[in-house]
Amino acid sequence: MSTVDATIGWDRLIEPDRVHGSLYTDPAIYAAELEHIWYRTWVYVGHVSEVPEANDYIVKSIGPQPVIMSRDKQGEIHLLLNRCTHRANLVCDAARGNSSAFRCPYHGWTFSNTGRLLGYPFNSGYDGREAKRELGLGRVPRVEIYQGFVFGSFAEEGPTLLEHLGAAREAFDRLVALSPTGELDLSAGWLKHRVKANWKMLVENETDGYHPQFVHSSIFSVAKSGIGELYGEESTAVSRDLGNGHTENDLRPEFRRIGQPLGWFGTTPDRVPDYVKQLEAAHGEAKARELMIDGSPHVMLFPNLFIAEIQLFAIQPLAVDETVQHVTAVQYKGAPDMNRRMLQQTIGSVGPAGFLLADDSEMYERNQRGVHARSPEWVVLKRGTHRERLDENGHVIGDATDEVPQRAIWKHYRSLMEAGA
Amino acid sequence: MSVAALNLDLLLEVQQFVYREARFQDEHDYDAWEALWTDQATYWVPANGDSIDPTREMSIIFDNRSRIATRVKQLKTGKRHAQAPPSRVRRVVSNVELLAEDGEELVVGANFVVYESRERGLTLWAGRSTFRLQRVDGDLRMAYKKVELVDNDRAIFTLAFLI
Repeated sequence: MSTVDATIGWDRLIEPDRVHGSLYTDPAIYAAELEHIWYRTWVYVGHVSEVPEANDYIVKSIGPQPVIMSRDKQGEIHLLLNRCTHRANLVCDAARGNSSAFRCPYHGWTFSNTGRLLGYPFNSGYDGREAKRELGLGRVPRVEIYQGFVFGSFAEEGPTLLEHLGAAREAFDRLVALSPTGELDLSAGWLKHRVKANWKMLVENETDGYHPQFVHSSIFSVAKSGIGELYGEESTAVSRDLGNGHTENDLRPEFRRIGQPLGWFGTTPDRVPDYVKQLEAAHGEAKARELMIDGSPHVMLFPNLFIAEIQLFAIQPLAVDETVQHVTAVQYKGAPDMNRRMLQQTIGSVGPAGFLLADDSEMYERNQRGVHARSPEWVVLKRGTHRERLDENGHVIGDATDEVPQRAIWKHYRSLMEAGA
Repeated sequence: MSVAALNLDLLLEVQQFVYREARFQDEHDYDAWEALWTDQATYWVPANGDSIDPTREMSIIFDNRSRIATRVKQLKTGKRHAQAPPSRVRRVVSNVELLAEDGEELVVGANFVVYESRERGLTLWAGRSTFRLQRVDGDLRMAYKKVELVDNDRAIFTLAFLI
């Protein structure tokens, strides 16, 4: 695959139903993506339950940028750049902890967990206090939280988080509605799975309903899983363009047809009686039953948060051909019996040794090697174009296995790249 | 366990067991490897440190006996893409130590270095294994294997061969 000069126009690289291979391989395009997507749009960073107490902090990222997510003593969440304003040393070297301040190990400059420069040793070497105010830690200028999910945007101005999420905000509402307390507790820690592939290979795969029966047939057959059929030719599930690059595999039509509470999770109410009782107490019996039939969302929030029913994935690009997929189990605050099952099922499925994700990651890497071939130059995303339709809310949908989501991702990608060019 | 109290025959038997397990893993002899386990067993590869609580925190692998069987069955389908074709793997296991005799169980520690070759390139894995071995019909079997990777707190590549 030869390098293509993107200044010839993004419309030359991204057509409605095919995209040019160089989009996955060209370092110049990757550099442009960092500026126009990762350092501009809303990016998922962390969850409030990862810093539950005053002065808690955890090291996170926005793409390759090192970010500290801190909670100050008033309870407010900050996203700070992990870089001393003096000579650029990392001010925080622990993965997480509790501290009201970060002290740079190089020359002892000390910053509060709100980013303010508190002081530096040997004051006489500086002639005034006024500079101190300007030497606070770099910060992600805009921070917004929805249903406990913390997002950051490096753009000083732009759409609000809710404008960015648009119709996809409902995915968070559906996710937390399955928690009896209405809250999540993401305290299980994250696996970090490294792959030699472009980040968009991962984003596109998350809501690709065409691959499960092929990539995951080994575990579906061995575990006698019904997941494969959800993504079959006969499935009534739909793929959906939620707008702004957010996409969905909506399995609710299948789950409603089958009508089995907790069938989406492969279990039955009698296996998790405490959870069912809690959910009924929170929502009433009828609504709880509806929630347990509909199940948890399968939605990819552009560019980096994948809500995968009982897992959350955060995608972190590190280079044009290197990406880390962070993954943890969804845990409902105060639902230990359900949480145990979700955690153990997650450990089995995802991460470097997971029954599912090890095979997905093999596909990402094979795609990445394949796309370097000189011919053909294009990746084909035509599937289901002839049967696209609008749902009752005006969203484009397709059959379960159609490439509606992939076309939606690229359409939004192109608009961001063109806006930045 | 003091050196004076060391039962050399037992140490030799334990070493041979550990080396045999390593060879079955390297050569993808899945059935032979599975047969080394007792009927109740735990196969654990923690993440984000060596002393996490696997009932509350994410691990790379935390298999009970039935999930070990599932893992082996998946590999044997030939459609486990992350191991189709299987990685070329060779490991060196060393520092084999009898750490304790705990009732019916022997606690054994060993260090390892694994070279894995795939299309992606060469990946180096290293760490320490702790085994709990039991005697079943006169032979040693694994009831527990914990694998502490030195880089389990960092981003690691796919680990689909048997570690």
